[in-house]
Amino acid sequence: MNIVVCIKQVPDSDKVTIDRETNRLNRAGVPSIINPFDENALEMALQLKDKHGGKVTVVSMGPPQAEEALRTALSHGADEAILVSDRKFGGADTWATSYTLNLAIRKLGEIDLVLFGKQAIDGDTAQVGPGVAHFLDIPTLTYARAVEVTGDTLKVTKVTEDGYEVWDVDKPCALTVVKEANQLRMPSLKKKMAAKKAEIPVWGFDELQPDENKIGLAGSPTKVNKVFAPPVKLNKEILSGEPADMVADLIKKLKERNVL
Amino acid sequence: MNTTKELWVFAEQRDGKIAGVVQELLSEGQILAKKAGYVLAAVLPSDNGASLCQELYNFGAKKVYTIDDPKLKDYQNDYYSRAVAQLINEKKPEIVLYGATTIGRSLAPTVAVMVDAGLTADCTQLDFDVENGNLLQTRPAFGGNIMATIICPNHRPQMATVRSNVFKKTKISDTEAGEQVPYAVDLSGVRERMRRLEAVHEADNTIDLNAAQFIVSGGRGVGKPENFKIIYDLASELGAAVGASRATVDAGWISHHHQVGQTGKTVCPVVYIACGISGAIQHLAGMQSSDVIVAINKDPDAPIFDVADFGLIGDLHQIVPEFQRQIAAAKA
Repeated sequence: MNIVVCIKQVPDSDKVTIDRETNRLNRAGVPSIINPFDENALEMALQLKDKHGGKVTVVSMGPPQAEEALRTALSHGADEAILVSDRKFGGADTWATSYTLNLAIRKLGEIDLVLFGKQAIDGDTAQVGPGVAHFLDIPTLTYARAVEVTGDTLKVTKVTEDGYEVWDVDKPCALTVVKEANQLRMPSLKKKMAAKKAEIPVWGFDELQPDENKIGLAGSPTKVNKVFAPPVKLNKEILSGEPADMVADLIKKLKERNVL
Repeated sequence: MNTTKELWVFAEQRDGKIAGVVQELLSEGQILAKKAGYVLAAVLPSDNGASLCQELYNFGAKKVYTIDDPKLKDYQNDYYSRAVAQLINEKKPEIVLYGATTIGRSLAPTVAVMVDAGLTADCTQLDFDVENGNLLQTRPAFGGNIMATIICPNHRPQMATVRSNVFKKTKISDTEAGEQVPYAVDLSGVRERMRRLEAVHEADNTIDLNAAQFIVSGGRGVGKPENFKIIYDLASELGAAVGASRATVDAGWISHHHQVGQTGKTVCPVVYIACGISGAIQHLAGMQSSDVIVAINKDPDAPIFDVADFGLIGDLHQIVPEFQRQIAAAKA
């Protein structure tokens, strides 16, 4: 099987702290990681390859430093990596990102499956997977937790709000993968060494020949109008002392608020 | 006032039942449509829309576009996206809102690329700029510490998804009038590329965090899985649902169905009681719109106290059982 996994480099949100004075995020020194859900997509691809053979190609769109995330993916077992990067792609929203990634995947030739994490932890939109699928004109299922090859089609289990569904879907198709699916295997030393030296092609404007009106900031229907700090609670009350007194005090105050 | 322009809500149904978030979106839609001077309408793909229209009228829809087809009985992305995109291209609404459900989060991004629309995910606040017709779509970014207002100035429709429990439900009456507009869509040209074989509803999901008035949540401070018993005991005394932080779910102490936060559920109960939860950005993003927040934590510097109305500094293993005893005693 020829499998493409789209990954995104994101700031490690567990290590992002808040500046209490300005209520802004301290991003300096925060390490970049592969979006955690994309790790599950990568592992799903590697397991399919273990079972059925084929090739796993990781693709990331981002600034030049996203190459680091691709090398990490190679060390975990991906066969090839492509960096989609160009200043002209900068500022893309999910629409323009979906369009651009679609061109890169088309350039890879015949594929059976495109995998994404269910969402990225920085933007949390969950929009790029279905968007790319539509541009590629292939069917898409979101929130996949298991996949099985059954002849020409795939049997996919997807998570819903109150359970799960099993779908039969034609190849090629696109899936977005949830965390429950698996856990990414450890990198091997040999692959780590190879990943350091691997050649990672960079595909930009010239390689992808996009429609100029569909890329970057200009090709993005949505614009950020303003950014602000969320409102803070003003009438906060801190209780301390013996547990019994604190609790009695709390119950009294909740009753005063008519919520108990 | 331009009464021919429309604001739509995607009326998601499963097994012939309208999703709760649709009522919330129509309720917010009433306010927006009034401000904009637009007609509030619902779009209902199903196999038999007529029986569901009244509920949509009651929450403010003046018009319901029913798209009936056996292929639209259950959600299938190819059929649904074709039906909704075709209707959008024909009727040209100004705004389309979707619930950020598993269905809405597949459908909306597909439709967005089909009709060249902007799409903003997980909005927590919507407003309308009467000067230029822009929908002001506010959403948390970077896990909830920064809010961003997104606009879509040059493309129509403007589309947004909104999670459950962000907006309150406002039912106008049980007998509101509205107009059903049947719309025929030809799906015969859509190649069937995927087929649902099975849909399973799991018993574990009876814990309805969405509907709960009270939620008692446990975090890493609970210490070990067995200790969740005191969280359950307090919840049971209060008639509350049990929530959990990502750390406890990742550690396998409790099932992911309980997870509250950015990658779990967004909740908006009357009272949210956070026990031993430090208040990582990603947790706050899922609960900070609760009416009253109580935080119990032994670390006075825990960020959870920044969003709390009442903070109890101390050991949850003493405070939580004490809380339960006093509630029980008050009932007796």
